[in-house]
Amino acid sequence: MSDKEYKVIGTRPLRQDGTDKVTGRALFGADIHLTGMLYGAVLRSPHAHARVLAVDTSAAEALPGVKAVVTAADLPTGVGGFTGTGEGLVNVRYEAENILAHTRVLYHGHAVAAVAATSPHIAEEALRSIRVSYEVLPPVLDVRRAMEPDAPVLLDELRTDEMGRQGDRPSNIASHIQHSRGDIEQGFKEATVIVEQEFTTATVHQGYIEPQTATALYSANNQVTMWCSTQGTFGVRDQVSEVLQIPVSRIRVIPMEIGGGFGGKNRVYLEPLAVLLSRKSGYRPVKMTMRRTEVLAATGPASGSYIRVKMGADRDGRITAVQALLAYEAGAFPGSSVGSGAGAMFAPYRIGNLLIDGYDVVVNKPQAAAYRAPGGTNAAFASETVIDELCEKLGMDPLAFRQLNGVQEGDRRPDGPVYGRIGYLETVAAARAHPHYSAPLPSPNHGRGVASSFWYNYGGKSSASASVNSDGTISLVIGSVDLSGTRTTIAMQLAETLGISVADVRSLVADTDSVGWTEGTYGSRTTFATGWAAYKLGESLKREFTQRAAQLWEVEPEKVRFADGVFSTDGEHLTLKELAARLDETGGAIMATATVEAEGYGPGFAVHIVDVEVDPETGKVQILRYTALQDVGRAVHPDYVEGQIQGGVAQGVGWALSEGYVYDEAGHLLNTTFLDYRIPTCLDLPMIETVLLEVPDPAHPYGVRGVGEAPIIAPPAAIANAIYRSVGVRMTTLPMSPPRILEAIWAQKPG
Amino acid sequence: MSRRVLIHARINEEDVEFLCEPRQSLLEVLRETLGLTGTKEGCSNGNCGACNVILDGVLVNSCLVLAVEIENKSVTTIEGIASPAGLHPLQQAFLAHTALQCGVCTPGFIVAAKALLDHNPHPTEPEVRRWLSGNLCRCTGYDKIVRAVLAVAGVPRPDISESHAPARDQGAA
Repeated sequence: MSDKEYKVIGTRPLRQDGTDKVTGRALFGADIHLTGMLYGAVLRSPHAHARVLAVDTSAAEALPGVKAVVTAADLPTGVGGFTGTGEGLVNVRYEAENILAHTRVLYHGHAVAAVAATSPHIAEEALRSIRVSYEVLPPVLDVRRAMEPDAPVLLDELRTDEMGRQGDRPSNIASHIQHSRGDIEQGFKEATVIVEQEFTTATVHQGYIEPQTATALYSANNQVTMWCSTQGTFGVRDQVSEVLQIPVSRIRVIPMEIGGGFGGKNRVYLEPLAVLLSRKSGYRPVKMTMRRTEVLAATGPASGSYIRVKMGADRDGRITAVQALLAYEAGAFPGSSVGSGAGAMFAPYRIGNLLIDGYDVVVNKPQAAAYRAPGGTNAAFASETVIDELCEKLGMDPLAFRQLNGVQEGDRRPDGPVYGRIGYLETVAAARAHPHYSAPLPSPNHGRGVASSFWYNYGGKSSASASVNSDGTISLVIGSVDLSGTRTTIAMQLAETLGISVADVRSLVADTDSVGWTEGTYGSRTTFATGWAAYKLGESLKREFTQRAAQLWEVEPEKVRFADGVFSTDGEHLTLKELAARLDETGGAIMATATVEAEGYGPGFAVHIVDVEVDPETGKVQILRYTALQDVGRAVHPDYVEGQIQGGVAQGVGWALSEGYVYDEAGHLLNTTFLDYRIPTCLDLPMIETVLLEVPDPAHPYGVRGVGEAPIIAPPAAIANAIYRSVGVRMTTLPMSPPRILEAIWAQKPG
Repeated sequence: MSRRVLIHARINEEDVEFLCEPRQSLLEVLRETLGLTGTKEGCSNGNCGACNVILDGVLVNSCLVLAVEIENKSVTTIEGIASPAGLHPLQQAFLAHTALQCGVCTPGFIVAAKALLDHNPHPTEPEVRRWLSGNLCRCTGYDKIVRAVLAVAGVPRPDISESHAPARDQGAA
């Protein structure tokens, strides 16, 4: 849909870090080994909710091989304020309390103490010798129960932020937000058909394969060096600085390769502990790596939720009113993804009358973190299922409904902003025309469902620099951690700008002392924003080269033209490489730096089509065919775009069918391994077809839109809708596991 | 601390001797003692396959094997897959098919796929999926991984349709 012709953008070069990653040479967080290195380990609460009466570490300290033990008493007191983790601001005091419990443990797995020893086994033994006295308190795990006035209160000082007004008594409701427009009472009066439904979704985990890991060296000169697996090096630096009260100028964070993040590796857990242990052990480096059990029990789950939706439409299928209530688990401390969920919920639709209430609620579970399109998947499971039921009652094709009600440029989103150029209607039309949508379904137990995704995407701040080598290649230095090939997609945008091959641009992800402040790799922002910085670098380098050429040719710079990697003036021309070879005689090295605060990011929309087969005897759902269509703006590297979509769909399928935290009544997390917290394997998925629609973002030099988050949103709703068409049951609880589906089938057909 | 044991083994076609505690897993010794950090730890209980190695011709999770068990045995890790002549066809295929994103599961997948192709050079797609179901990937949705393995196996996969025709970098040389 774009008529611009590019030479590099849209091609599929091999990724720069690929060889190291297929040969095992790439160094991920836990792969570092430093001289004199100690191994850290964390003691975690066996209770979901308890007062910490005393912590006795004397036996652990006396154990041969143990070099340091820390508890909350080692953290600076009186920290406060907010710092950015990336996806959302973090309350520093709560973050400190999450890193090490002070007087109260708030979830099963909450850190209480940490040790460093000469081997990981000695560290584990030391943990077993720490004595902690607890006074066990009743936990609250269900978000609706937590909202009741007589529920156990987690944080005595917490008062509800009631749309800006402060509540007057302790509550687990951290905040209440609202989006409102028009008159919903009038809207529902105008409706011919109304559907009202309640939904619950389980707490789920990002499920990255690489556990959290951090290595720190606190040197005798008070300098801190950290080697981290993180989505944002500057986020780590700033959080550690705030929590430990160490100036940022004394902290250097070196990014290692990162084995997946999906929003879960913005917040720090181990990093401050490794720093404290390093200092206390007499300035020895300390490596800490979580076990999988700890990853599931103590790091960023995505909010479980309770959602209620009421939606009305007139006989032509036009939406007349929408009302929704979303209550999201924040975990132990405020900060669920309810805000982004509530804003995204009906974003694909033109709605005149709406009222959306969102509640951020603390419960005795690990502190929720961002997870790919935070909050969007829960919300869309509810809204897109209700729309399907509405379409059924109206006798309307679900994609025709979306064509009738779908948003386009100039329409207003539920949370306020007006859309610029977006590609939702193009995506719906492509889905309707896709052969998958009209393919016959072979058996009565097969069903087909559709659902839509919306995600905001993000721009934000990025820095980069570039220097020119004498052979005409460019060394590109970026602050964006690479989770999926962004070294290459950013290099491609610089190569495109300079008219050179991407093989001539080498990207380096730099530490916090070597590049300007850059936000983390989150919010589908990196190819968009850091790519924009690369474009600016290219423009700067072109100006420098133009000066050099003008100097060589003894003409005014205005007389020098640039096209397709060649500088020319009347009768003279030099390629960029030829000019680079003559830097030495024209004033020496050429460097450029660029910083951006990228505005104008455009949202992404997707439509997913899925065929399932449900076994009515077992309740097992098998995904037979999956097609994801998405407006991707401009596919800089189409393979990576496809991969982002396929990976997002797979996570959405797991959320839909098999993933979910299981707790006992005392609040113990029961499924802390990949055997029973079951993410999809390749037997659970078919090939995932992708259709890339390109409606360029007019604000971006290359039309780039974020891609990575939208694909996780639609799968649970699309699969629920397909299950309905297969066996006739409307599923309203995630995951839609075999027992739940069987129960729904039995409830529908008694006996 | 338990008494350490001297172990003799052959790792990636080289004779190796090392000392280890009886409680140490092969995974821990590979990574922390021998510096072979290409073998990854994802779960340490045999569920994710990131630590896959080939032990006397059999695919194993090195987190579930004690290091003392490899006495007089032969181990192939990801570092032993390529040859001096270059990358193994599986490694080339993973690159060409962009079968990795973060790359942390990639060593396990390549070792597992090699073990499959060593026994069954031309597996079908269901056989590939069945074999690789012990390896977890959270980034890719497995699509491009399965395609890469099938490509090396020489198995054509009739597709529903391709969304994009392959293209090449046509930037200035």
